[in-house]
Amino acid sequence: MSSNTSRRRWPLLLPPLLWQLTFFLLPLLFLFVISFWSVVNFRLEPDMTLKNWDFMLSRSSFWSAYGHTWALALGAAVVTTCCSFPAACSLAFTVSERTRKLALMFLVVPFFTSYLVRVYSWQAFLSDNGIVNALLSLVGLDGLPMLNSDFGSLVGYVTLALPLVTLVQTMGLAQIDRNLIEAAHNLRAGPVRTLFEVIMPLAKPSLVVGALFAFILAFGDFVAPTYLGGGAPPTLSNLIIDTTKSGQQWPRAAVVAIVMILTLVVTSLAAVRLAYGRRK
Amino acid sequence: MKEEDKNLLSPFRRRFLQGSSALAVGSALPLSLVSASSNAQTAGQPRTLTMLAWYGHAEPDVVAEFEAKHNVKVKPKYYTGGDNMLALISQSPAGTYDLILSDAEYVPQLRKAGYLERLEAKDYAFDDYFPEFQKFPGHWDGNDLYAVMVRFGFLGVAYNTDAVPESKARSFKVYWDPAYKGKVGHFDWYLPNMGELSLYAGHKAPYKLEGDQFAKLKSVMKSLRPQVAGFFDYGGTFSGLKNGQLQLVCGIGDWITGTLARSGAKVSSVVPDEGGLQWTESLSIGKGTRNRDLANAFIQYITSAQGQVKSAKMAAYPALIPNRKGWELLGQSDPAEARRQGMVLQGHSVMDDIRSGKIVFRQLPVQQSIEDWNDFWSEYKERA
Repeated sequence: MSSNTSRRRWPLLLPPLLWQLTFFLLPLLFLFVISFWSVVNFRLEPDMTLKNWDFMLSRSSFWSAYGHTWALALGAAVVTTCCSFPAACSLAFTVSERTRKLALMFLVVPFFTSYLVRVYSWQAFLSDNGIVNALLSLVGLDGLPMLNSDFGSLVGYVTLALPLVTLVQTMGLAQIDRNLIEAAHNLRAGPVRTLFEVIMPLAKPSLVVGALFAFILAFGDFVAPTYLGGGAPPTLSNLIIDTTKSGQQWPRAAVVAIVMILTLVVTSLAAVRLAYGRRK
Repeated sequence: MKEEDKNLLSPFRRRFLQGSSALAVGSALPLSLVSASSNAQTAGQPRTLTMLAWYGHAEPDVVAEFEAKHNVKVKPKYYTGGDNMLALISQSPAGTYDLILSDAEYVPQLRKAGYLERLEAKDYAFDDYFPEFQKFPGHWDGNDLYAVMVRFGFLGVAYNTDAVPESKARSFKVYWDPAYKGKVGHFDWYLPNMGELSLYAGHKAPYKLEGDQFAKLKSVMKSLRPQVAGFFDYGGTFSGLKNGQLQLVCGIGDWITGTLARSGAKVSSVVPDEGGLQWTESLSIGKGTRNRDLANAFIQYITSAQGQVKSAKMAAYPALIPNRKGWELLGQSDPAEARRQGMVLQGHSVMDDIRSGKIVFRQLPVQQSIEDWNDFWSEYKERA
């Protein structure tokens, strides 16, 4: 690329750069800075102390919440990926182009309503006296405790991430060269072998990126663990709320937020490496 | 400069906001000169009175009469919890809120931080108040008044009346009953929950605990944890009680169950034999207000007998009122509600519970820090 062309493209790059600087980097920098501030008489005071980091990272409640959040987010990524995959395969391989477009449009519809409302509506299904347990009792089975549990949180996470993950997977699967699948069949590979040895390796980037989206959404979500998980044991999002309630301790909440961001950065880098790394 | 003034001006954020305001005022001056004549023409245009409050305090059922009488529009900014209130005040320039409704335990913090104007005690009908509420703790700094109590309520055991007999709910012990395992919820705020369980642990002053008493409280709470379904905010508590998922809730009272009962839910609250807590809401005038006359008039309105009846029956959540004449008027205008809330001048009333020492004011921890209590609350939330 000539230096003239580069110079001409600079102005085009400026708006996104300014946007990122204003709405991502500066707030992030501010978050980092206030993690070293103090709270005096319920008010933030500029300072340069490590006591917030020391306090939070030495609490067993922090590490317990960290482990719990990680496990739930990983569970959400696995469950959502598994639930989305059959639907994505059908949309990519078995339906007409028109049907696929229509289905993809319907996948976006859940985003038209508030996530909070969708989560609240799950309470009607999952509560002890709810619809699922009523159906179970109709067939003579005992009711199951679903609300206010990790299972409840997972249902919320899947509600949040499933449409997006299905979209990502469908896009990835639709781009697989059909000739390769047909070649596998011609070489007498059965459907299962074709799935595991042809389709899934080729769809790996979309599967991993979809799972990563589910992980990221679940890791930072506050709504599902609060309204379907009963807020206990707390996730890191719950811990941020508790910390700000504790005498306006925004600097300690900033420590939790920064740890969350770092975790997501490391996880994303690992996922991208897994998705796009060279195959041996 | 007085201490509170220094506090008020100290954060650079405030200085920045004040500087920005000065610039804005400067640039708006020509415009304001132009609009002055049009304002004169529209003298009937209502003034605006800003209020920082819990939800419901500036709704029509409470403020419509005041608005009509004074040709004013009350503009609320609602918060959920004392910490949220503190955050909103500390992030706003002085004069943003003409009126500040706060839980009583936060008044001393607000006063020390310089967020409140001093009030004139003679402006308010304290003589009509029950004696217990005329000089409410924390509202006065020596002889200087900073807040006027508006309403209060009790926190005890909230229960589902279909699932839990009242006789059982009359003791905090019910939370440990195996029949309600997984059906006990906590309102997610350490202060009322730990206060109630401190009463159960036998501490007559539930927030003033020595080290061994605090250790005992922790031990009592840890023994309760296996019974607990979860920790819920206002909405979660509402839906949990309504759909029957929660049969017992710790840390709330009639301010939630009374509202639910109005809509037909089978729930109620009771002050248990071990005692209960009192929450208290008070009104103050925000530092730097430009509508002091109106703010003062509103406090006079809501603490008058008529205003107190409106406050007692507030649609968002009902409450008890400290004005004796308000009780009289409520007894005449809505005897059923007066009886339901125990605000009756003949026979047993809620004042008897207070006078017997059964009710303790909710307050911030005395011996330990807020962080100590909240840190344990986070620890308690971990899996049993």
